[in-house]
Amino acid sequence: MQAASSIGTSLDFYLFVSFALFTIGAIGAMTRKNMIVLLMCIELMLNAVNLMLVTFSTYYGNGDAQIFVFFTMVVAAAEATVGLSIIIMAYRNLKSIDIDMYNQLKN
Amino acid sequence: MSLQIISIILGSLTLASALMVVLSKHPVRSVIYLVVTFFFITSMYIMMNAQFLAIVNMIVYAGAIMVLFLFVLMLLNLNKEVEPTTTIGAQFAAFIAGGSLFLVLITALKETLILGQSYRHQDNQIGLVKELGNLLFTKYVVAFELTSILFIAAMVGAILLAKREKQIIE
Repeated sequence: MQAASSIGTSLDFYLFVSFALFTIGAIGAMTRKNMIVLLMCIELMLNAVNLMLVTFSTYYGNGDAQIFVFFTMVVAAAEATVGLSIIIMAYRNLKSIDIDMYNQLKN
Repeated sequence: MSLQIISIILGSLTLASALMVVLSKHPVRSVIYLVVTFFFITSMYIMMNAQFLAIVNMIVYAGAIMVLFLFVLMLLNLNKEVEPTTTIGAQFAAFIAGGSLFLVLITALKETLILGQSYRHQDNQIGLVKELGNLLFTKYVVAFELTSILFIAAMVGAILLAKREKQIIE
């Protein structure tokens, strides 16, 4: 663990980018009401966490976190598939992708 | 020094394109900016010598998932009038909440011991396909097989959900 010589290899640079990406995704999930953009913001947050896991994996020289990132990608793919098909089904019935309309799903 | 300039440019471009995902009004533009964001995240993986994840990120995220999003957007045939928007007060509250989340994360980062340390990128071999393949097929082989069950369940669920209700398979 040598001292930082350059920002390109420093840990806090990648962590800062990861935190900022997560925050942007969270703000997007709170402000947007389009259901598809909401799913995309969730993908953005997942990618921020992936970036942080890869950063720590590189820092500690341990490959387990990168395997975990691989599984995160797999789960994200499955989640996007099911989420988008739910959106298609709801759009067919409600003719809208506004999340405020989606409280009718419970009926 | 050149690595420093490259990483600053890449980081700012990543954050700018991620902001454009949230800020652009049209959903198709959001998808395109998200693909650009994934490109830059892939470049960061390459800078950390995580080659396997860089390739998988490109193929799975920027390739498969984003094309799926684009297909659904085209399928729904949305026009600009139906684009729902939140109120100004809700947006303000969201920015306050997100900003405080960011402040908490940055403050937590400043208190840690890892601040200012860097990784050793000369002898960094763990991101290569050989090392990760060894791990994936020995230590994590059960989880790897379970993901195939997850994929089958997701595929069946997606087909079942997106199928028209009238259409009954004989």
